[in-house]
Amino acid sequence: MSRPDERGVLVDLGQEGPPLPARARNMSPIVPRASIHGRALVAVVAIMTFLASTTTGTVLLVSASAAEWQSDVASEITIQVRPQTGRDLERDTAAVTEAMRAQAGIVEVKPFTKDESGKLLEPWLGTGLSMDDLPVPRLIIARVQPGTGLDLGALRARVTQMAPSASVDDHRAWIERMRSMTNATVLAGLGILALVIIATIISVSFATRGAMAANRPIVEVLHFVGAGDRYIANRFLRHFLRLGLEGGVIGGGAAMLVFGFSESIAGWFSGTPVGDQFAALLGTFSLRPSGYIVLAVQAVLIGAITAVASRQTLFATLNDVD
Amino acid sequence: MVRFENVGLRYGLGPEVLRDLSFQIPAHSFQFLTGPSGAGKTSLLRLLFLSHRPTRGLVNLFGHDISQLGKDDIADLRKRIGIVLQDFRLLDHMTTYENVALPFRVMGRSESSYRKEVIDLLKWVGLGERMDALPPILSGGEKQRAAIARAVISRPQLLLADEPTGSVDPTLGRRLLRLFIELNKSGTAVIIATHDIALMDQYEARRFVLHQGRLHVYE
Repeated sequence: MSRPDERGVLVDLGQEGPPLPARARNMSPIVPRASIHGRALVAVVAIMTFLASTTTGTVLLVSASAAEWQSDVASEITIQVRPQTGRDLERDTAAVTEAMRAQAGIVEVKPFTKDESGKLLEPWLGTGLSMDDLPVPRLIIARVQPGTGLDLGALRARVTQMAPSASVDDHRAWIERMRSMTNATVLAGLGILALVIIATIISVSFATRGAMAANRPIVEVLHFVGAGDRYIANRFLRHFLRLGLEGGVIGGGAAMLVFGFSESIAGWFSGTPVGDQFAALLGTFSLRPSGYIVLAVQAVLIGAITAVASRQTLFATLNDVD
Repeated sequence: MVRFENVGLRYGLGPEVLRDLSFQIPAHSFQFLTGPSGAGKTSLLRLLFLSHRPTRGLVNLFGHDISQLGKDDIADLRKRIGIVLQDFRLLDHMTTYENVALPFRVMGRSESSYRKEVIDLLKWVGLGERMDALPPILSGGEKQRAAIARAVISRPQLLLADEPTGSVDPTLGRRLLRLFIELNKSGTAVIIATHDIALMDQYEARRFVLHQGRLHVYE
């Protein structure tokens, strides 16, 4: 439906025409930036991105630490030899230790002596007790070579043959519990992330509607001069994309700084009891470079989500304005 | 170019403000639209500008039945229509020059391609010295001329003007009428809605008279 004819100039002023400006004019934006309440929107997107990034970072941290614990625990087998009437505990322990040392795939075997076993119980029983009077079981810790497919059933049979009161624990139940806990943490993180994204979309939709209401006269004039919805939406969209990216970069950057700073703090406290407890719980408390990349991508994604939500709202609102 | 057949328009559940309108507007034609206040002149202009859809009847514009058109098609058709409204509808954050150049900007043309044309037209309507002024500091007459310049700058095939000389003195009114006549001579069909009998008497043209929602055409 383009115009078929092109006619000459509408008014010809001949020599009376004004001289043309030497340079092109700086044209004002069709939608003035000041008419969109950008600061509030940038703040909302920044806060949402910060929350999303903190959640993602924490989930990554917990997953990495849990994987570390699991690999540590999975590479250990604990054998417990209990005292039994008619059996010599020392001899049974020595026999099992020897058998474990001879076992293929076991790289290190450490039997706990009577004193060491007593020390393990000190936190509960206190000091000064005679361990000879107590039926304290003996522990043997065996370290498995990573990647070895150990036949636990056969091993258990051999150990109980030598020491009927012995039990073999490969920590499977504990690992399963740990895995469940990690999965629950990841799911909770994803849930929070979804809520944050939904809240972002709703905030952006409100901001877009507000901006459209404030600029309704502009939209009407643009309709008068033949602008289509796509043209009008694009004029608004570039503002919202910029605001979204601005908020995303601020929120994501702040979260990265927090993680970097926490890593430094963990470094300062390393070697202290608090630091050691912390390290035991959360590992090194450091995001890997890939973690920072994930946070950066997430910040850009939230910026893009802002733009998409704004676009949907723009078209829905434009349908009502004419 | 424009054909109305038994067109009626009502707002919501109210009475019909336009009734059984049947007329044609040929290309290159010139007509005045007049009638008492509240007779439906602005409503008819809005129907012609596709801001309203008729509640009954057929409206055919540039060979298209408008009931079959989507939003994008309507936007394309509007590029061929210029409109001057009573409340001017200038954008306050843009200079007079930018307001007048807006249709070209929406078409995607570069500023250098239309600069001379816009400046010449602004000079013609007496706004040569007010090109960089913002609408809030323009007088009513200046705003009206800027609105007229914006409506005619892209030389539309159909020009609709609602009381275009209402805020200007008789001398400038005659000058603006001359602009519409020049535009008409260059091929644009013109419809001017006005109460100004003196203005209508200055140029021999068809008169559409709206009374109580019905249209009477005087050739």
